[in-house]
Amino acid sequence: MVNLKPSDKSILKGMRVSPGEAPEASVSSEGDDHDEFPAEDLVFDVSALSVFYGQFRAVRDVNMLIKRNEITALIGPSGCGKSTVLRSFNRMNDLIPTARVEGNLLYRGVDLYDERVDPVEVRRRIGMVFQKPNPFPKSVYDNVAYGPRVAGRKRGLDDVVENSLRKAALWDEVKDRLRESAIGLSGGQQQRLSIARAIAVDPEVLLMDEPCSALDPIATSRIEELMEEIKDEYTILIVTHNMQQAARVSDRTAFFSVEVDESSDRRTGLLIEYATTDKLFSNPDDERTENYITGRFG
Amino acid sequence: MADISTWPDPIGVNLRSDPLSVEALAGPRRRAWKEAAIRGVFLCAAFISIVISVLIVFSLIREAWIFMTGVEWAKTWGQNGWFPRNGLYDMPTLLVSSLIVTVVAMLVAGPLGLGSAIYLSEYASRRTRSFLKPVLEVLAGVPSVVLGFFALFFISPQVIERIGRNGWLVIGAVVIVGYLAFVVTWARKLVQREAGADMATQIKRVLILTALVATALVLIWWVNDVAGSGDPESQDFFSVKRSGQLAAAAVGVGILTIPLVASVSEDALAAVPKELRNASAGLGARKMTTTVQVVLPAAVSGIVAAFIIGISRALGETMVVFMAGGAADAALFTSSPFDGGLTMTAGMASLATGTDNVVGEGLTFQSLYFVGLVLFILTLTLNVLAGRFVNRVREKY
Amino acid sequence: MAFTTIGDTNAARRVEDEIFRQGRDLKGSGFRVLVFAALGLSILILLVLLGQVLNDGWSVLSERFGDFWSGTLRSRSEDEKLGISQGLVGSFWIAVFVGVLAFPIGISAAIYLEEYAPQNWITKTLDIAIRNLAGVPSVVYGLLGLFLFVKLANDGQSSLYAGGITLAILVLPIVVITSAEAIRAVPSSLRESAYGVGATKWDVVRSQVLPFAAPGILTGTLLSLSRAVGEAAPLILVGAITGRLAPRDGSFLTLDQFDDRFTAMPIVIVGWVQESGRDDGFAAAAGAAIVVLLGLVIIMNSVAVLLRNYFEKKRG
Repeated sequence: MVNLKPSDKSILKGMRVSPGEAPEASVSSEGDDHDEFPAEDLVFDVSALSVFYGQFRAVRDVNMLIKRNEITALIGPSGCGKSTVLRSFNRMNDLIPTARVEGNLLYRGVDLYDERVDPVEVRRRIGMVFQKPNPFPKSVYDNVAYGPRVAGRKRGLDDVVENSLRKAALWDEVKDRLRESAIGLSGGQQQRLSIARAIAVDPEVLLMDEPCSALDPIATSRIEELMEEIKDEYTILIVTHNMQQAARVSDRTAFFSVEVDESSDRRTGLLIEYATTDKLFSNPDDERTENYITGRFG
Repeated sequence: MADISTWPDPIGVNLRSDPLSVEALAGPRRRAWKEAAIRGVFLCAAFISIVISVLIVFSLIREAWIFMTGVEWAKTWGQNGWFPRNGLYDMPTLLVSSLIVTVVAMLVAGPLGLGSAIYLSEYASRRTRSFLKPVLEVLAGVPSVVLGFFALFFISPQVIERIGRNGWLVIGAVVIVGYLAFVVTWARKLVQREAGADMATQIKRVLILTALVATALVLIWWVNDVAGSGDPESQDFFSVKRSGQLAAAAVGVGILTIPLVASVSEDALAAVPKELRNASAGLGARKMTTTVQVVLPAAVSGIVAAFIIGISRALGETMVVFMAGGAADAALFTSSPFDGGLTMTAGMASLATGTDNVVGEGLTFQSLYFVGLVLFILTLTLNVLAGRFVNRVREKY
Repeated sequence: MAFTTIGDTNAARRVEDEIFRQGRDLKGSGFRVLVFAALGLSILILLVLLGQVLNDGWSVLSERFGDFWSGTLRSRSEDEKLGISQGLVGSFWIAVFVGVLAFPIGISAAIYLEEYAPQNWITKTLDIAIRNLAGVPSVVYGLLGLFLFVKLANDGQSSLYAGGITLAILVLPIVVITSAEAIRAVPSSLRESAYGVGATKWDVVRSQVLPFAAPGILTGTLLSLSRAVGEAAPLILVGAITGRLAPRDGSFLTLDQFDDRFTAMPIVIVGWVQESGRDDGFAAAAGAAIVVLLGLVIIMNSVAVLLRNYFEKKRG
């Protein structure tokens, strides 16, 4: 497996397929300008990534290049492994004892699964927002300050908390109740608090695992607006089961699907197509993508 | 107001600086050391339990070995009693007393514990439960010396002696008749259901049946033996009045065991899926039918486990028998619950009390460890067995 | 199998019987009464026990309340200096030993098993060891204490620290098991979100797991403390004094008594019950001592149970 290094080429394709390994993934046509970006904007270089739970392969052969300051959406039917893939980007899968990753996952040229890499360090640069809003049973202030505190920061926390809450568009609503328990916030506020908590450690990347699935439409649109606002500062990867949401917020979209092994009834996820959102939703290369986005499957 | 994207990283690396290296993602070495050290401390704490286990086995075997290699084995069997300070170590004296206490204790704790569990799990409303369960938990917390006191000053004079030997013999006879009736009904059911059973099941049933019949025979022999052993002339047939007897101690042990049997049985009943109950109710079964025909059979492994754990607990209970068992530091062989006696545990405790050191003939001290080893092996076997049954419940649901 | 029980023809006939049997379900009500009687009888026994103990002990407690607390072990029950102070001192120090040794070690072991332990044979061995230790009869711990701390370490002399360490070892598996249960109840979403912002394992344990599990751990430790305070058999084995014990100079908290012979509340009770054979007055004294011991133990247990119910309710 040859890894493309940013120095090798000045222009990279937004999507790449390693020959022979994943024939399912379609190759976009050469010269499609929307797919190309300069090498210094490359944040993640994923090639031939597979995730295993014990002997069981949950996802196989994922190939993606992810661009800085963009929103990349991961969509697909349930069980296709899109959350599993997302969680491998900041090594959250390490928390599951049997989970194992094969293939390459380069973050700005560094292999995240190099044995010298400390997952804690990775997670401080690549933050995560979870499906269900899950504030710590502490005050609003302590929730946001948690990340900086465990990173050893003791002074200037007030500013960090205020800035993070402002960025998460929550400051005006909670500035008078910073010392109250975060459990009392509404679901939408809790989720924005989770975002504030994630950006308080000043990560470069935000991973969002179906961040709106537990929220009502109004709270959802606030989160979507928020993502638009902060994407100048962060690279965002979002898993969503909501195709409209992917179409509304993302710059690029990856479509995952499942293949079922008839003999063992095991389901393995795989990447079907990865392209700019415009292209994937208007003119997908793969028939399965088209079936999914037009509602004929999944 | 400072811009957070520019605050200096406490570790001294600007997270966004280019280019990124593996070293930057390796994290400070001090942190890795600290995490490893903390992990090591916790591991050591966990390891202490293994050290303790090894020490228990080691100390038991070491001293028991001295006893076993040094003792005249003839003095451990077929003597007329347990007189460790005089070199008579008759094991049957202790074993039979332990058996009597355990059986009687389980006759108390089994029905009361299981009944309480059924009531709490199947019948009690949420409110009743939230009030009654803590009461049972208070009973679980009563120290055994309190039960010893209670057995000696209340159960013995007010219950055992008031009903009297003849009363208890009648009760024993009733229990045996009931037990026989159960065995006969069960055997008849098996005969009716013969068709379709394979060889292994058949053999298993015959074995269980044989065991049940054998138990009945032993019970009959026991009641007969107790009935015959008393002095019919004397109204005061309790040999050691005011200092208790095995029966009173056994009832005390049983009371101590009730909460344990109840809580393990209740866990087993709670593990039966609601769907089974609903399915039975959906067929028009009444509450009792559902409970007896569906819930209890489904929870049978857990209930068996509860009884085995109860037996193990009763076998290991010391203070109640020590205080109310009606024997000091030596005991004559007896098979009657109305005599005073020493169980294995009470035998050990009584040998160790009174003076600072265990004194007596050469092997007296070591005899403690020999009895302890026997007790340890018995309770360990029972607990492992109970664990098997509990696991069976877990696998099922 | 449960399904065959409902599914066979007998069951069908039984169900039919039930439907066509009109009127009240006598058998069912009888069964209900029976199982309720089982629980009722258990509770009745508890009430009779409390009544009996109070009845026996009250005269002593009410007549000579002050002396009874400050008095010592005596050879005659009429002795005005008869009392439980030595037992209280011994039990206090045993509780301290348990708190200092069993709690930190037990909670740490529980943290290891729940948060750190990989799935391998070492973990399995640890698990088996702890589970089986919890089932070992208390008198066997007494044998261990007698061997280690009296025979080997102290030349056959019994001492307070021998009793204290033995009881700490006795309750250690209980502390581990109850703490591990409390830690298991911590929602994994809390751990995940802490890891998600770059917390290390120790950060997560310290700032999320322990605060959340604290009430459950506290309940478990209180229960094990009350178990230790009420336990007598191991102390008898390591040589606690059931007879007379010379009054000691110095206060409640002097440390030099660690090396000395000792007694404890349950042992005082055992001793007096034995003495009651020759001197009836000791039975009442034992009853009074039981009132004190039961009071201590029931308070600890009730606080533990109430605490647990309170937090269970609070967290839904």
